[in-house]
Amino acid sequence: MTLVAEEVRIEVPVSGAPKRGVVSRLVSRLGNGFVQLVLALVALFWLVPVFGLLIASLRDESANTASGWWTVFTKPSELTLDNYADLVANQAVWQSFLNTFYIAVPATVLVVVMAALASYALSWIEFPGRETLTVVVVGLLVMPIQVALIPVAKLFGAFGLFGTITGVVLFHVAFGLPFAIFLLRNFFTGIPRDLIEAARMDGATEWVIFKRVVLPVAKPAIASLTIFQFLWVWNDMLVALVFADQDSAPITVALRAQLRQFGTNIDLLATGAFLSMVVPLAVFLVFQKYFVQGVLAGSTK
Amino acid sequence: MKLRQSVDAAPGRSPRQAIPFLLPALVVLAALVLYPLVFSLIRSFFDAGGDEFVGLRNYVDTFTDPRTLTAFRNNVIWVVVAPAAVTGIGLVLAVLTERIRWATAFRLVLFMPMAISLFASGIIFRLVYEEAPEQGVVNAALVGVHDLFSPSSQYPGARPRDGYTRTEEGYVATAPSRAGDTVMVPLTGFSPQEVPARALPASQPATGNGELRGLVWLDVSVGGNAGKVDPIERGLPGIGLEAVRDGKVVARTTTGDDGRFTFPDLASDEVVVRLPASNFALPFRGLTWLGPSLITPVIISSWIWIMTGFAITFIAAGLSAIPRDALEAARVDGATEWQVFRRVTIPLLSPVLLVVFVTLVINVLKIFELVFVIAPGSVQSEANVLALQMWQVSFGTGGDQGAGSALAVILFLLVAPAMLFNIRRFRRERS
Repeated sequence: MTLVAEEVRIEVPVSGAPKRGVVSRLVSRLGNGFVQLVLALVALFWLVPVFGLLIASLRDESANTASGWWTVFTKPSELTLDNYADLVANQAVWQSFLNTFYIAVPATVLVVVMAALASYALSWIEFPGRETLTVVVVGLLVMPIQVALIPVAKLFGAFGLFGTITGVVLFHVAFGLPFAIFLLRNFFTGIPRDLIEAARMDGATEWVIFKRVVLPVAKPAIASLTIFQFLWVWNDMLVALVFADQDSAPITVALRAQLRQFGTNIDLLATGAFLSMVVPLAVFLVFQKYFVQGVLAGSTK
Repeated sequence: MKLRQSVDAAPGRSPRQAIPFLLPALVVLAALVLYPLVFSLIRSFFDAGGDEFVGLRNYVDTFTDPRTLTAFRNNVIWVVVAPAAVTGIGLVLAVLTERIRWATAFRLVLFMPMAISLFASGIIFRLVYEEAPEQGVVNAALVGVHDLFSPSSQYPGARPRDGYTRTEEGYVATAPSRAGDTVMVPLTGFSPQEVPARALPASQPATGNGELRGLVWLDVSVGGNAGKVDPIERGLPGIGLEAVRDGKVVARTTTGDDGRFTFPDLASDEVVVRLPASNFALPFRGLTWLGPSLITPVIISSWIWIMTGFAITFIAAGLSAIPRDALEAARVDGATEWQVFRRVTIPLLSPVLLVVFVTLVINVLKIFELVFVIAPGSVQSEANVLALQMWQVSFGTGGDQGAGSALAVILFLLVAPAMLFNIRRFRRERS
């Protein structure tokens, strides 16, 4: 019985295989075609809105009020760079574009440096309360910035930092630190203990170990953090809305006044929005691997 | 420090060495995150100016203020709908991308919105949903589809001069007519420039024996006589007419290029001529997406556009960690793809899905810029959410930092469970 049964079981696939194979292959081929189609449509849904904004930024005000951006396919002659020329010539907007750099660059450098130092201590120096401190940092990951807006506004007011780029930078540093420490600490603790111990045996100071052993190994994590933090600050609106004044406002805040008359300001808003997107998109396309890693790790923010 | 380090037999064991490493970060965190948290908590028990202790009044006011209650309601809608939608869509797309060769390109495209600012995304979607079909692509598409199935009328807004009453069905002649009569229908309220090119000059139809005849023309009063057919006036082609007897339509006809029409086979009884409303219907202009009733769904849809790429990437990373053997074993046992997905993939993936979901909930609770940018000023109160309300109360029009602090504390309490979730997850991963 058993023998027969086994023989049958072996027989069935051999004789049945080609038939089932053809059918299932056909089904999966058709199914795959369908999947490809659906995903292509989804991708289109993601691209069309951005494409629309780009075209709108390349048409002048009258063209944008008279007809939609999609008419560009029949009237490509309407495309012009005038909006960008106007925007760059606009002193206030251009200044705000520069301000965005003045805010994002120091806020990124400070966070990376401070977080790297703190993460090293949390990973490789033993001190009382290390565990608690780490847990506090993890808890602060999801802290809503609203909690700090009013008190810090008062604090900055007292120190003359309200309405300055320094104030905006400091606030970003504070709320960038928990995630930055979390990310780097996770990476630093993964460094083999032998590496650190060997350096200690050689009499290296903590500072030297940090600089010569840990930092070189942690380059990928630092790259992810740098890109994530830079884009986070670059894309901010709320912090600057509260802490920046007219002269220190980044581009998101500077453009906000134009929102009231959206329909007639499409040319200006689309151009401004696209200008503000150029830097993040470039960073994203060039460093996508690091950026994606950073976002996946920092999503809790 | 240096001296100590050089003599210390076991560097790294000395707590003191941690101080210079920790100090900068700790000072900033303490001054700008922890101290403010305590300050906000205390501040929320004081009045707008901060001078008078008011106990829980700010909280009571917050929960009775209709604007804040709208913000609460919207936050609940957001939390219930948006994270689940993004997790679900992300899961389906992540599984589907495993079957295509251009998965990396696909994920790159969907991830792109994560790189740009919420401000820019807001502008993008403000444009997408703009009401005028000449600007907003969604309404343009809706109008296109609508006109495909029910073409818009040729003469929107036009109406007959005297002698007709307006009803649900259209314009009805006040005087009855019968076979052999001539019915003159002068229309106004329509621009001569919009008249179709095929229109011919209007001329009085001859009285026909046994037929009810008539003329529909554009009766311009400037440079012509009202109610009379002037040489410059043209007939209006393509207008539908109905002959109604006892409330029932007994005959239908359409005007020719010169505006003339004929009801050929009418019995001798009286009928009433009616011009159906469909001749003059105003064109369909799409939906008011940015109006009070649709604004929250619209903003949620733009958030889905932004966050789906994140969900896909996160879930795809989880999928690639699922042992192929488990899936293959199920397939060998004869499970269909759906069963494999439902019984094997989802259970194995549930920890990842939970993390994605919690992350999205935190993100949703803090939603601010999207509402700020997409909702026009007039409907911002309908689209309001807590984070936006907090800003408005404290820094916008309100200027009440007591109430603002109360809202900040409420926001903190709403996020607190996620905080505990993170800490527990962190502790578990360490042990």
